[in-house]
Amino acid sequence: MMPVILWTDALIFLLITVGITAVWYIRQRPHLMLPWQRVARSSVGMVSLLVLSLFLLVGLLDSLHFRAALPEKSNGQTVYSPEVLSVFDKLVSGLRSRTEKTYSAPLTAYLYAKESMEAPGGKILRDYPRLKYGGAHLADPQRELVGDVAKRALLGAAGGLLVWVLLIAAVFVSFPRRRESSGLIGLDGRSSKLRCARFPACAGMMENKTLRAVLIATLIIAALIGAIANLAAAYHVLGTDKVGQDVLYLSLKSIRTGLVIGTVTTLVMLPFALLLGVAAGYLRGWVDDVIQYIYTVLSSIPSVLLIAAAVLMMQVVIEMHADWFETAAARADVRLLCLCLILGVTSWTGLCRLLRGETLKLREMEYIQAAQAFGVSSLRILTRHILPNVMHIVLISVVMDFSALVLAEAVLSYVGVGVDPTTISFGTMINAARLEMGRDPMVWWALASAFGFMLVLVLAANLFADAVRDAFDPRLNRTEGVA
Amino acid sequence: MIAYLIRRIFYAIPILIGVNLLTFALFFVVNTPDDMARMQLGIKRVTPDAIEKWKQQRGYDKPLLINSAASGAGKITDTIFWQKSASMFVFDFGYSDDGRNISREIQTRMMPSLAIALPTFLIGLVVYVSFALLMTLFRGTALDIAGVALCVVLMSVSGLFYIIGGQFVVSKLWHLVPISGYGGGMGGIKFVVLPILIGVAGSIGSSSRWYRTIFLEEIGKDYVRTARAKGVSELAVLFRHVLKNAMIPILTGVVVVIPLLFMGSLLTESFFGIPGLGSYTIDAINAQDFGVVRAMVFLGSVLYIVGLILTDVSYTVVDPRVRLQ
Amino acid sequence: MTQSISPVLLKVDGLVTRLRNGARIVDDISFRIKQGETFVLLGESGCGKSMTALSLMRLLPDSIHIESGAVRLDEADILALPERAMREVRGGKMAMIFQEPGLSLNPVMTVGEQIAEALELHQQLRGAAARARCVELLDQVGIPDAARRLHEYPFQLSGGMKQRVMIAMALAGQPVLLIADEPTTAMDVTIQAQVLQLLRDTQQKSGMSILLITHDLGVVAQVAHQVAVMYAGHIVEQATREQLFLHPAHPYTQKLFAALPDTARSGQPLAAIPGSVPPLHDIPKGCRFAPRCDKAWELCHEQAPEWTGVGEGQGVRCHLYEGQGAKAEGRVMGTEGMVPSTQHSVPITQSSVLLQVSDLQVHFPIRKGILQHTVGQVKAVDGVSLEIPQGRTLALVGESGCGKTTTGKALLQLIRPTAGSVRFAGNELIGLKAQKLRKQRAGMQMVFQDPYASLNPKMRVAEILEEGMAALNIDGNNAARKAHLDILLDQVGLARSTIWRYPHEFSGGQRQRIAIARALAVSPKLLICDEPTSALDVSVQAQILNLLKSLQQELNLSYLFISHNLAVVEYLAHEVCVMYLGRIVERGTVEEVLHTPRHPYTQALLSAVPRIDKRGVEMIRLAGELPSPVNPPQGCHFHPRCTHAMAVCRAAYPDATGISTTHGVHCHLYGDGLG
Repeated sequence: MMPVILWTDALIFLLITVGITAVWYIRQRPHLMLPWQRVARSSVGMVSLLVLSLFLLVGLLDSLHFRAALPEKSNGQTVYSPEVLSVFDKLVSGLRSRTEKTYSAPLTAYLYAKESMEAPGGKILRDYPRLKYGGAHLADPQRELVGDVAKRALLGAAGGLLVWVLLIAAVFVSFPRRRESSGLIGLDGRSSKLRCARFPACAGMMENKTLRAVLIATLIIAALIGAIANLAAAYHVLGTDKVGQDVLYLSLKSIRTGLVIGTVTTLVMLPFALLLGVAAGYLRGWVDDVIQYIYTVLSSIPSVLLIAAAVLMMQVVIEMHADWFETAAARADVRLLCLCLILGVTSWTGLCRLLRGETLKLREMEYIQAAQAFGVSSLRILTRHILPNVMHIVLISVVMDFSALVLAEAVLSYVGVGVDPTTISFGTMINAARLEMGRDPMVWWALASAFGFMLVLVLAANLFADAVRDAFDPRLNRTEGVA
Repeated sequence: MIAYLIRRIFYAIPILIGVNLLTFALFFVVNTPDDMARMQLGIKRVTPDAIEKWKQQRGYDKPLLINSAASGAGKITDTIFWQKSASMFVFDFGYSDDGRNISREIQTRMMPSLAIALPTFLIGLVVYVSFALLMTLFRGTALDIAGVALCVVLMSVSGLFYIIGGQFVVSKLWHLVPISGYGGGMGGIKFVVLPILIGVAGSIGSSSRWYRTIFLEEIGKDYVRTARAKGVSELAVLFRHVLKNAMIPILTGVVVVIPLLFMGSLLTESFFGIPGLGSYTIDAINAQDFGVVRAMVFLGSVLYIVGLILTDVSYTVVDPRVRLQ
Repeated sequence: MTQSISPVLLKVDGLVTRLRNGARIVDDISFRIKQGETFVLLGESGCGKSMTALSLMRLLPDSIHIESGAVRLDEADILALPERAMREVRGGKMAMIFQEPGLSLNPVMTVGEQIAEALELHQQLRGAAARARCVELLDQVGIPDAARRLHEYPFQLSGGMKQRVMIAMALAGQPVLLIADEPTTAMDVTIQAQVLQLLRDTQQKSGMSILLITHDLGVVAQVAHQVAVMYAGHIVEQATREQLFLHPAHPYTQKLFAALPDTARSGQPLAAIPGSVPPLHDIPKGCRFAPRCDKAWELCHEQAPEWTGVGEGQGVRCHLYEGQGAKAEGRVMGTEGMVPSTQHSVPITQSSVLLQVSDLQVHFPIRKGILQHTVGQVKAVDGVSLEIPQGRTLALVGESGCGKTTTGKALLQLIRPTAGSVRFAGNELIGLKAQKLRKQRAGMQMVFQDPYASLNPKMRVAEILEEGMAALNIDGNNAARKAHLDILLDQVGLARSTIWRYPHEFSGGQRQRIAIARALAVSPKLLICDEPTSALDVSVQAQILNLLKSLQQELNLSYLFISHNLAVVEYLAHEVCVMYLGRIVERGTVEEVLHTPRHPYTQALLSAVPRIDKRGVEMIRLAGELPSPVNPPQGCHFHPRCTHAMAVCRAAYPDATGISTTHGVHCHLYGDGLG
């Protein structure tokens, strides 16, 4: 096995590192903890964070790439498969490999299209053929299917619940009676589960509204995952697509693409927006003029057109230099990264303008003037005084942008200027599926799954963004200061 | 006021030059004309002669930015950049790859775009503001909370879903209107109803929520308390005092998009087969027709700048404090 | 007075208003207001006085509600009225004006429209009749050229004018009770005097009652008939004005009086109240003032005192007066409350000049037209000269907008002066390169007005204090720096343990101490104090003034003290410069300028200050307001508002005239004989 680190993988892990460092940094400083404690008190915020972290988990597993070693060696050297797989692919290898011939509806045992088949009597029949994998264990699907599906779903849900109970119990045992005064719930949802154990008794847990909501959410999610996992072992839970791939697998794979677009784009544009916005606001004069000119030019071009133009150009470059890439995955990945870069370039102007305005306000603050009276250098004023006091704006806009970017990916891929057609994403799924709208009976499941997964992801992101904004916006938290 | 407008138009010129430089860099520096010729001609016919001929036909056989061979002003003007950009400032966009005059194409396609975009914009504005006012009036109650929750859900749904779902339900299941197409005159109405409806529904979540935030911000201000202390009823407070003041932030976001309505909507037009500028652009993108894309980029920037100027002018209408100087 | 026989108009009994989370903002308040009387609610910020007023109007913010109590206006049960009937009361029987007239008027409606709205609702006047009545009302509140003003928007009016419009709007419904919530707090003394006079005149004409809310004892002295003193949600004392000023009973009230700076005590420290008002969510058990009270004993900390009468019409909520003979004891307390003090004599000997400023100018260009060329100058500071000797305090006094803050910042080179000379300890500062200027920075530092804006919320106290030392390379090694920090905190009276805290954990007064420590960290010789106490409550203001005074004696500091508060200036300063529209119009020692003012402007400024001990002194009222520095009047800048203006005043700006060796004035009145 040869590990492969794609560009976007590297950036994702860089982001995770930055995130962990930020958590560590914030934990040292009680005044930075304050707004996060407000986030931690919001039930909706914490539940959506839980959902988001599940998505994140899938995305992370899907970002650990490798190339499997082929069994035969040439000249004593190991030969690696040209196909790049991820740890996630390995985990759900069943889903990935059990492809049917073509479309099949969710939880069925038959193919979508009729085929000519040879009946036992030698006659040629035209009927719906049985699926190769979906419901293959059933002798007579027409009679047994409903019962079997229900049984498997119930068993799976029960299994999920059992795991949930065991997990909670394990957490209780490992953190006996450690009480922490409503400390920061970590940025990933799992530690919120850990936290519940720090309360001495179940009764105490139930008093905490947020904790209760999170516990109930984990319960539901555990049952759901259990049921789906159990069903997926024998059926195509969300059906199959045109070439017989499992739609559930495709939907799960799309998550990584969405996350990359939503986060890496931000990572790319943040330094520009932050640096330029703050510099323009603080330094004024010609620096301000130049920066304002740059962002007015960029924002005056309709963003879809700018993205389209840039993507078209990128496409040409990539096609002209096919030899740069070792594998198809690497090429698709570079295309994804370029898309992030382009989206970043077109979307930093809004944040930049916002930061410039805020800095203009801050530079008139008396503490800045006090620093100037000491002759503190501009660079130091920018980093010590201005930057920490605009971070809440950056954070709010980053979490707000995330969902917009995930939605934008789908639209851009549909328009033809999105990700590489071979990259599995919500946009490519929708694009492929919408051509089949006209069929009768309609092939609805691929569309529905893509939209469904996207809705859950974006909704969770939006709700979390709201919780963050409510906690960080100084205008919304004024009363707390007064009282 | 006039001096202000003249100054603003004056300022727009360097920005448009910047836009042109940027697109020029994208189209001609990242990919040399040779690359483009090779792409366009396909792999088989690619001979140096063919490339030269292709370039000559389209005027790409000149230096990019500075022509050292020419003399005088020709050093600047006899270049691809000058030739391709200068004409844009008089709205001469040249010809598309299939040999049509882009300017004429834009003129004929503007109307269908507007037929969808303008009603969508107007109806949308009324619907969003009314919905937001309703939520503001019942702020803090279950109705408001449900409204906000609905908004968040609606804004989390992909725009593609509204279009695909709308087409499926309204046209395919109920057969109320044709799935796609366009026609002039009264007969054309049946074609535009659904796109407009979907356009309005598409941003009801985000827009209503934004307006609600603006209204709530206004309603917390001191002058509202004064009005209440006068004995003004809550409804009158909302309509006579809050709405008028809220117009200022609302206009910032709204007026700037009015000129851009001419550009149409990429998605709606391509899904519904409307022969407007949006579908024109999307076709050009798919056909990799750089001439058209460049023209649309330029047109878009001009309209955006017009929008910014209009925004400033509109402030003088609603805010007595603003005098443009 | 006749009030005693007037019928009671407003009865408030046991009013309790609380936050949704349970904190009681207004706690069991009862009072009566008689017809035609002015009832003042006096208290420091956060004591619940504004919330009391909003409770009466039933206009509380969403997060606050009335829990219990009864409010009766003319026998109508206000708290039981349905909302529709309540709307009739608001603006009809009860009207209200607010602290910030600039924010309280709708910015996009004309003055006429806003007044007409009230007329339509309560007088059923419309169209021409309403317009005529609007003009009448504007005339009544003293707005010149009322017919034209009707069509103007609030932004076209000055602050004083806006408050007049607010009053006109309140009068439109012919209310029987006017609630005025800090109506003059944001105003200069001259404008404040005008507005208070207007309120008194209006009351006399219409016979309405006024509930006035204020933190300013001076305002109380001018307008009150009855006074209720509020502290942390309670009324702790109620009395007529005469009783209160003669015999304040509650220790808190006594302290408030003692904390006021004034000439009589200018050599002694002020009687500051230690600590600050308790936060609402953490109200002490027992008497709420007990933690800050120097007469408190165990009972005070355990049991809340009951309301006790101490003489006719005077009542108090204090254990001192419960039971027998309280009255006499209270009286004794009144004098005992003053902190005995040793006289700090200030050496009058002239020491060396530390700061010498001559002809300082700060002009801001006004740009206009297509090419944005400069068409004029705002002369914010227009030829200011002053000098400050080592160890002395020079006060710079004037109305807001006169250029005093700009002067302070220009001295520090925070704003680049246009012309002039600033010599500090013998070195010229103007025109210095950034590197050389930095060397001089340690000598001169600034303390700002707003303690909430002057500390970076994201930095710990230690980081805040060290910033200057690091920038100016003072105390290079860590140990020395640490020791220095401890000394600084001791000097400003903060515990050494506070060093790792963040600004949001401190109260306003403590923040101002940190700001002073920050300036002291680089061992400056001169502190520029820009209204350092104007954002603080009286009791805390006294703490800071005492601190500044003792620091001066300890460290031989010089101060440039920028203020509009003449009482504070009188207490702290040695010399005074009075500024008007960018220029100094009178200068001299404190005694000369504040006791024998020569310039008509100084005289007017002084007489406009409401004083608790100077009733009966004739007021010189200033007409109009400070003109814009964009377009100052020809000749003497002050002549349009001056009662002594002569022809020559309109023609030429007066030169300096020496009254004594230290006293000088720019006025034509003195020019001839003595020039």
